Amino acid sequence: MSGHSTYQPQNAFMQWMERRLPIAGLVYSSFIVYPTPRNLNYWWTFGGILSFMLAAQIVTGVVLAMHYTPHVDLAFNSVEQIMRDVNYGWLLRYLHANGASMFFLAAYIHMFRGMYYGSYKDPREVLWILGVILLLLMIMTGFMGYVLPWGQMSFWAATVITNLFSAIPLVGESIVSWLWGGYSVGNPTLNRFYSLHYLLPFVIVGVVVLHVWALHMAGQNNPAGIEPKTERDTVAFTPYATIKDGFFLVVFCILFAWFVFYIPNFLGHPDNYIPANPAVTPTHIVPEWYYLPFYAILRAIPNKLLGVMALGASIVILAFLPWLDTSKVRSARYRPLYRQFFWAFVIVCIGLGWLGSKPPEGNYVLFARIFTVYYFAYFLVILPVLGKVEKTKPLPNSIAESVLLEGKPPLGAPAPPPPLAKA
Amino acid sequence: MSGAGGSRGRLHAGKFTQPAQVRLQAARSLRKLAAGGLTEQERDYTVTTMSSAEPTRRDFLYIATASVGAVGAAAALVPLIAQMNPDASTIAAGAPIEVDLSPIADGQVIKVFWRGKPIYVNHRTKKQIEEAENVDVAKLPDPQPDSARVKPGHSQWSVLIGICTHLGCIPIAHQGPYDGYFCPCHGSIYDTSGRIRQGPAPLNLALPPYEFLSDTKIRIG
Repeated sequence: MSGHSTYQPQNAFMQWMERRLPIAGLVYSSFIVYPTPRNLNYWWTFGGILSFMLAAQIVTGVVLAMHYTPHVDLAFNSVEQIMRDVNYGWLLRYLHANGASMFFLAAYIHMFRGMYYGSYKDPREVLWILGVILLLLMIMTGFMGYVLPWGQMSFWAATVITNLFSAIPLVGESIVSWLWGGYSVGNPTLNRFYSLHYLLPFVIVGVVVLHVWALHMAGQNNPAGIEPKTERDTVAFTPYATIKDGFFLVVFCILFAWFVFYIPNFLGHPDNYIPANPAVTPTHIVPEWYYLPFYAILRAIPNKLLGVMALGASIVILAFLPWLDTSKVRSARYRPLYRQFFWAFVIVCIGLGWLGSKPPEGNYVLFARIFTVYYFAYFLVILPVLGKVEKTKPLPNSIAESVLLEGKPPLGAPAPPPPLAKA
Repeated sequence: MSGAGGSRGRLHAGKFTQPAQVRLQAARSLRKLAAGGLTEQERDYTVTTMSSAEPTRRDFLYIATASVGAVGAAAALVPLIAQMNPDASTIAAGAPIEVDLSPIADGQVIKVFWRGKPIYVNHRTKKQIEEAENVDVAKLPDPQPDSARVKPGHSQWSVLIGICTHLGCIPIAHQGPYDGYFCPCHGSIYDTSGRIRQGPAPLNLALPPYEFLSDTKIRIG
């Protein structure tokens, strides 16, 4: 957004309000008349979907917090009480748990979109980095939320993940006992995770505000990867993007509802229905699906400290993407060689996820190592080199041209007659 | 730019506008369109939200979508509001309780809890019963005969909710000039029937629902 909104209220009250707190004008210029590239496809609806999922998680979470007790002796039973006694408690719990999965699904798709179309490139570097920060916050929030039911998986996930910090030389052990609030995962740990799990989503809201602000400074990227040049390249956000976002949100919610109502425990681990037992570690310990790729990378490295560093690096390296990719062309549409490496990267990520769910033995370890090498090579070797040597396809002159010429005769030829519009 | 020149501020996509209103706004927009005063986006937004004088298919779609959306939103709200109602375990904990009256001596008052409320069960003496009955009911702040506050044939048993009707403190039993109840918070005085006699409380002590299962057992709730 640049400068004053063009919002002109008719209503006397709104004029009074606008002079004092121009929120309506802000909404008007940011989400109603905001110029949106006219060639956006459905991969662009996931930002709106993520905003909806954030709100849904906060609403269901706050409501669940009315019935949950964050004490080691009472937590598990309080969750069972929610499931059995609280009116619609089963629904709220399943919405929140499956909502977390849907939240991550949408986030990963959103990120892959950004990587494919070069949305991280100049001038959107800060936008991208804010996104990486959001991913980190989501990961932390999800982890702490999973600990709260205090099942076997909750307890042992807490133990394993907090123990990662013991890899840090010199101060590692102190940091771990500081995190625990004791000599092992216990009640102090649960209590503070509950507090932080309630807090972080609101931090996420704040960073999302910055994220959208940064987005509006640069304007949206688009599938062609070229900036809008004239007003013909863009349309008003409302009704076009609003309805497109709304439509795909509904489709997304159908998938969400499918999980919640028909297979609500499919994505979870049955061992979390066993109350936490500090004396017995489950044989098949795995995190939730959305952490599996990172888990696979962690296990692929045989050294404790290096494994933890690889885990951290696998996320932090994303922040450097705008500078690692040297190509002057943004969108993969015009980068045929890059496209192949990109899809290989997607398959590697999914493969790492699958490998993370497998026991760390035999060929699983071998492939996890190969895929980990590709993961880091993609950022550190492939992207920098590709930008320099790739032969890209010619870019269209403008967005409007790329939209209007798709499958149509070239400019200058007579246009086909428009279809008869019904009254 | 004057406000009368027209604004898109109130044209919400998806909200049905009256034909006359639409015509007026369309006229304003067209004038502005012709004067070249709109950006491309405002033009888009204007053109897509204008409609003819007759309700169009677009109007139908807008209303239908908004209606289904409204039903969905209302349906989504139901569990969020309903979850705050007492849950099944609370309702179960609030089930009726049975109280054995045989250990309660003549003149003794015991306190039991039901649904979190204190209940006084008073085994009244003959003297207390007579004093409670021989009262000019009309002169009471909250007129009620003693017979209406006990079960027929069991006038020696007074079962009351021990919450002062003033601001909710628990009155103390066997206190005050009537040997009834005295609320220490603001000085309300009740008789053995639980009726307010002096003090700021407006009403007699409330009666819980109860019945006699036998001469020595009641069920409260």
